[in-house]
Amino acid sequence: MPFYVSPEQQMKDKADYARKGIARGRSVVVLQFADGILFVADNPSRALHKISEIYDRIAFAAVGKYNEFENLRLGGVRYADVNGYQYDRRDVTARGLANVYAQSLGTIFTETNKPYEVELVVAEVGEDADTDQIYRLTFDGSVADEHGYVAMGGQAEAVAQALKDRFVEGAPLAEALRTAVGALEAQDSDRRLEAKSLEVAVLDRHREHRLFKRLPAARIQELLDAGQGAQGV
Amino acid sequence: MASHDAHTGRLPGLFTSPDTSSFTEFLGAYSPELLPGRRSLPAGVSAGEDIPHGTTIVAVTFPGGVVMAGDRRATAGNVIAQRDIEKVFRADEFSAIAIAGTAGLGIEMVRLFQVELEHYEKREGRTLSIEGKANRLATMVRQNLGLAMQGLAVVPLFAGFDEERSGGRIFSYDPAGGRYEEREFHAIGSGSVFARGALKKLFRGDLPAEDAALVCVQALYDAADDDSATGGPDLTRGIFPVVASVTAEGFRRLGEDEVGAVARAVVEERYNSPGGPSAPLR
Repeated sequence: MPFYVSPEQQMKDKADYARKGIARGRSVVVLQFADGILFVADNPSRALHKISEIYDRIAFAAVGKYNEFENLRLGGVRYADVNGYQYDRRDVTARGLANVYAQSLGTIFTETNKPYEVELVVAEVGEDADTDQIYRLTFDGSVADEHGYVAMGGQAEAVAQALKDRFVEGAPLAEALRTAVGALEAQDSDRRLEAKSLEVAVLDRHREHRLFKRLPAARIQELLDAGQGAQGV
Repeated sequence: MASHDAHTGRLPGLFTSPDTSSFTEFLGAYSPELLPGRRSLPAGVSAGEDIPHGTTIVAVTFPGGVVMAGDRRATAGNVIAQRDIEKVFRADEFSAIAIAGTAGLGIEMVRLFQVELEHYEKREGRTLSIEGKANRLATMVRQNLGLAMQGLAVVPLFAGFDEERSGGRIFSYDPAGGRYEEREFHAIGSGSVFARGALKKLFRGDLPAEDAALVCVQALYDAADDDSATGGPDLTRGIFPVVASVTAEGFRRLGEDEVGAVARAVVEERYNSPGGPSAPLR
C-alpha cells in the first residue's frame, strides 16, 4: 500500500525534478535584432540541433533532454505542415503552435510520472520588431510572451542577467551575436566560446519564402571578428 | 478536420510518433481523405473532357542547369477554360515541377510534393537526393492510377540541378508511375509531339542559359501553332509562358518582362519565317 502523497508535494517533486534536469545542460539564448530574431546555442554538436526551422516564419529552440524536445520538434513540424497544406501558409502561426505545445507539455506534466525535462522557445518573425512574437514554454506547459531576449537552460539566471545588462534594441547582427555570446560565456567565469562550439541561426525578415537560416561556422567567426573590430578591442 | 485534438488542444499521439519523414505517408495515416489518390469515383463513369486540362510543358538542359517552361492554357473540351493558368512551379530550392493533364489534381499534386520535400528537409536536416525526389514523385503519380484510368490522369515533368554531378537533369513519368530519366530535353502534354520536333532541331549541347529559355519559347510556339489546346504568347493581353531555370544558384522564375521580351522577339521573327528558325540541312 503506497503512502499518501499530497498533490502539492507531488507537483513540487515533479517540478524540482524537471528543473534539475534542465539546469544540467548548457544555455540557449534568443534575442531580437535589427533584421529579425537571433538564436544562439552553446552546442558543439553539428548533428544534434537545439535550434530548428518549423515553418516559413517560425523557428524552435530548446534545452533539456534531447529525445524529448526532438519529439516535440518533429510533432511541431507535422502540425505546421498539415495546417499549411489544409489552409494556407499564412495560417500557420507561432501562437497556434505554442498553444499546442503548452497543452501537450501540461498534459504530460500532470498525467505522467516523469515530466519532460525541457524548455522551449517558439518564435515568429513579423514585418517589424513590434510584430515579432517570442513564446517561452516551460516543462509544466506554462507559456510566457517575451520581448527582447530570452535565456534558458543551464545557468539561465546568470545568462539572463548578462543579457539584461548588454541587450540593445535594434542592434545589427554582429553586435547582437556578440551580446549573445558574451551572455552565454557568463555561464561560467572561465567560459570562452568559439565559432565552432556555437549553433547560430536567424529568422531574417528580409529573406524570401523561408526566413530561417543557419549560419555556418565561418560566417559566425566573421561576425564575431567584425564585432570586435568595431569595438576597437 | 482540425490538426489537433478538439477537446484538449494537444498534439495527438500520431504527430509525435517518429515512424516516417514522409508528409504524404503521415497524411495518409492521419487524414487520408486529404490525399488525391484516395478518392474514388463512381464505377463505370469516365470524367473526361469537361474538366480543365493543362497542356504543353518543355524542359531543356544546358551546361549550367536546366530550363523548364509551360504555356498558359487550360482547356475543357473545345473551350479555353483558363488563359493564364500556371503549370510550372518551384518544387524546392534546386528543382522545378510542371504538370500536364487534369489541372485540379495536378496542382494538388504539386502542392503535396512541395510540402513533401520541405517536410523531409526539416525533419531530417538534409535535402533528398535528386533521385530520391524523382522517386517520391513517381509514388505520388502511381497513387493516382485509379483516377487516371477514369480519365483524370496527371503527368508531371520534374527537373532539377544535381549538385553531385553539377548539371541539370530531367525526369518524365507515365500515368502508372513509371519514371524515366530524359537526356538533353523533353516535352509532355498535348502539344508535346510538336514541341519535341522543334526541340530536336533547336537543341545543342553548349546553349547559354538565356538561349535555353529561347529554345523553350520557340518550342512552345511551335506546339501552339499545331495543337489547339496549347496557347501561344498572348501579346494583346501580355500573357507569356512561365519560364523557370534551376542552376547552382537555385530555382529562379524569369520575370514577366524577361519572358515578354523573348516571346515578342520570337513572334516578331515569325513574321519573316512562320515556321521558325530553319536548321542547316547538312
